[in-house]
Amino acid sequence: MTDKTLLSVRDLNAWYDESHILHGVNLEVREGETVTILGRNGMGKTTTLRSIVGILRKRTGTISFDGTDLMNRPLHHTARVGIGFVPEERGIFSTLSVEENLMLPPVVSDTGMTVEEIYQLFPNLKERRNSQGTKLSGGEQQMLAMARMLRTGVKMLLLDEPTEGLAPVIVQRIGEVLQTLKARGMTILLVEQNFRFASKIADRFYVMDHGKVTDGFDLAELPAKMETLHEVLGV
Amino acid sequence: MTEISMTSETRNQTANRVQIALIIALLIALIFAPFVLYPVFLMKVLCFALFASAFNLLLGFTGLLSFGHAAFFGGAVYFTAHAVKEWGFSPEAGILLGVAGAAVMGLVIGFFAIRRQGIYFAMITLALSQMFFFFCLQAEFTKGEDGLQGVPRGHLLRFIDLNEPLNMYFFVLGVFVLGVFAVWRIVHSPFGMILRSIRENENRAISLGYSVNLYKLGAFVMSAALAGLAGGLKALVFQFATLTDVAWQMSGEVILMTLLGGIGTIFGPIFGAAFVVTVQNYLSTTGFPVTVLTGLIFIVCVLLFRRGIVGEFNASNLAVKLGLKSPK
Amino acid sequence: MIMIFGIPIQAFLGQLLIGLINGSFYAMLSLGLAIIFGLLRVINFAHGAQYMMGAFAGFLLLSWVGVNYWFALLLAPVIVGLTGIVIERFALRRLYNLDHLYGLLFTFGLALVIEGSFRYFYGTSGQPYETPELLSGGVNLGFMYLPIYRGWVVVASLIVCIGTWLLIEKTKLGSYLRAATENPTLVQSFGINVPFLLTLTYGLGAGLAALAGIMAAPIYQVSPLMGSNLIIVVFAIVVVGGMGSIMGAIVTGYMLGILEGLTKVFYPEASNIVIFVIMAIVLLIRPAGLFGRDA
Repeated sequence: MTDKTLLSVRDLNAWYDESHILHGVNLEVREGETVTILGRNGMGKTTTLRSIVGILRKRTGTISFDGTDLMNRPLHHTARVGIGFVPEERGIFSTLSVEENLMLPPVVSDTGMTVEEIYQLFPNLKERRNSQGTKLSGGEQQMLAMARMLRTGVKMLLLDEPTEGLAPVIVQRIGEVLQTLKARGMTILLVEQNFRFASKIADRFYVMDHGKVTDGFDLAELPAKMETLHEVLGV
Repeated sequence: MTEISMTSETRNQTANRVQIALIIALLIALIFAPFVLYPVFLMKVLCFALFASAFNLLLGFTGLLSFGHAAFFGGAVYFTAHAVKEWGFSPEAGILLGVAGAAVMGLVIGFFAIRRQGIYFAMITLALSQMFFFFCLQAEFTKGEDGLQGVPRGHLLRFIDLNEPLNMYFFVLGVFVLGVFAVWRIVHSPFGMILRSIRENENRAISLGYSVNLYKLGAFVMSAALAGLAGGLKALVFQFATLTDVAWQMSGEVILMTLLGGIGTIFGPIFGAAFVVTVQNYLSTTGFPVTVLTGLIFIVCVLLFRRGIVGEFNASNLAVKLGLKSPK
Repeated sequence: MIMIFGIPIQAFLGQLLIGLINGSFYAMLSLGLAIIFGLLRVINFAHGAQYMMGAFAGFLLLSWVGVNYWFALLLAPVIVGLTGIVIERFALRRLYNLDHLYGLLFTFGLALVIEGSFRYFYGTSGQPYETPELLSGGVNLGFMYLPIYRGWVVVASLIVCIGTWLLIEKTKLGSYLRAATENPTLVQSFGINVPFLLTLTYGLGAGLAALAGIMAAPIYQVSPLMGSNLIIVVFAIVVVGGMGSIMGAIVTGYMLGILEGLTKVFYPEASNIVIFVIMAIVLLIRPAGLFGRDA
């Protein structure tokens, strides 16, 4: 981990049609860091990720990544500057085979993993590379959704609820994969409901409440925060 | 600031009063118009205005885009013309037959079309009306490419001679007012409310327990029948029936009139029809190709002017001043 | 004389061939419509006008600058495709966020403008386009006489259809197109320039229509209205096939062309409505279309 700030979000406001969802979100992620956004449902966690990526266009504030201002760039520039997004619904394409899904996102830098490395990390995907993408199990689809971003050489992954609806053994497997990525120096911003899972891999936490970041702390401060967290998150 | 302090009730009353005043003004204008303008031209406008109002019942108030309304309009032209000319029907009976024929056709075409939604609905209605076009091209009673010529106007209720231009005009005006009133009644009935809820959100209407398909079919048949009323009138006004009235271009024209005037407004189709017919009349004296202009108006409307004339007016400051619309 | 179902075999095979040729054009046109619809969610009413433009491009290239059929076969689709790109870039893309009906109405207006303009300058009568020398004449197959050009049209359209299918199903670009059909936003977030892909797709679709047009020029006459009734038949074909599948569009096109040809043999009066009748039957039995996925 370095001290260099990779992603910086300042005073981010965002709207779905007429409804104002984010009310001035501030957050920062340093290079090589894994940060988790905690918060109950409907507090704006997913909206934050979608605004950073640029899927949600009705937004104000500043978002800069690696020194590049993202606010006025079209959606297809986000990946090119080095942000990979894995959405909550995973977004595996049914008209594409597993391998086509894997090869779909264009490579943006040469720091990405090779297909062979990816298949070593996810042997299941290699076995099933010719099946239809959506024929995979939920866990495999999540693996594929992560795997296809790893090939592209993005510097940072935004993961939206990667463990949602998955069996414990798969959740554990995803945890291992994320540890491997951390070891390779990947920067990760994670939205997660599964607090136990998040506490095992995150270096730092943000708490979101009603469209704002209300708290931020390091892993070391976690034990002292447990009580307030129970209240805020209802866990 | 007095406007803003008006309560919504007084605002509604003002709106109603202004609307009624406008309607009366329009009616007076229509009553005196034949003394200023050519009656045949005015009758053409009225026929198409009624046709467009019928079409708007479907597009504007139910949200279904039919690309095949020429079949009902042109079909009725043939039915009425044939009944009057070959069977010696009286004009009113001939028109009623045209309406009935158009309604039956609406039932058949609607039955197939409501099986799909959106653009498929448009394509299906277009294809089925094209099928009817080919039928008319080949059938005996339509006389193919020649069409039916010299359709007699006859005597309304046996004693009003419709060959008198003014008699004919006021007959057409009367039917037109009745037809537009029918559209207005349907739109403001409980049935019309359900149609609008289907337009807004079909799935919600289904989950509320409405048999959406039956309502759609009902609206389709009513719209077809009213289009038939316009077609029957046109047969008597122009005294001929040709393939032009059943061709797909005619379906396009009625869409244009409605779009241009304002989809989902009562008066929009009337203004749209008047505009289109006037422009066509004017262009026919120049060499400029009508279809090119029609197409251009389509493009401009879709890109820049989707609310249409009346829609834009209703959204304008003038409408606010007249109390037709509350300020935002 | 050999008879088949009471019809002389020559007449039977002759109509079958005509059906196959019509089917070739149906297939190419419904293929283009399906590709455009898949990505842009626009029913391209101007498809018939673009087909006509392809034929006219060939005709004008020949009569103005003496460009022969073979070069026109390449140039006509490129020219018409470029006009499509301009139209998408400056007008059509403004409509993507609206009700899909506006796309239909816009392209309908476009078709009227294009066809009206050509009719203004060239009248309604057809202009002949000579069959290229290499493909003129015919061969006697023993049971029938086959004009070489017609045989060429069938083969060439098969190549075009299968080629397009391969492009979409087997290439990288095709995987972009398929993915963008399913979820354009996500594909764009991967760094793929989806707006550009849409522009390209409309150009490709228009170009395909133009290719069909130039291929049709020596068979039918080149006339401003050659595409206007055709497009309605192709719409019916698209309803029958359902627009979910590229192969479905191709197969349905050939199938209905042949069926139409056979109707000409057995019941000529119904030949120009048979496709609409089949559409109605399919709507009764399988509203989503033979290859359709959506309900």
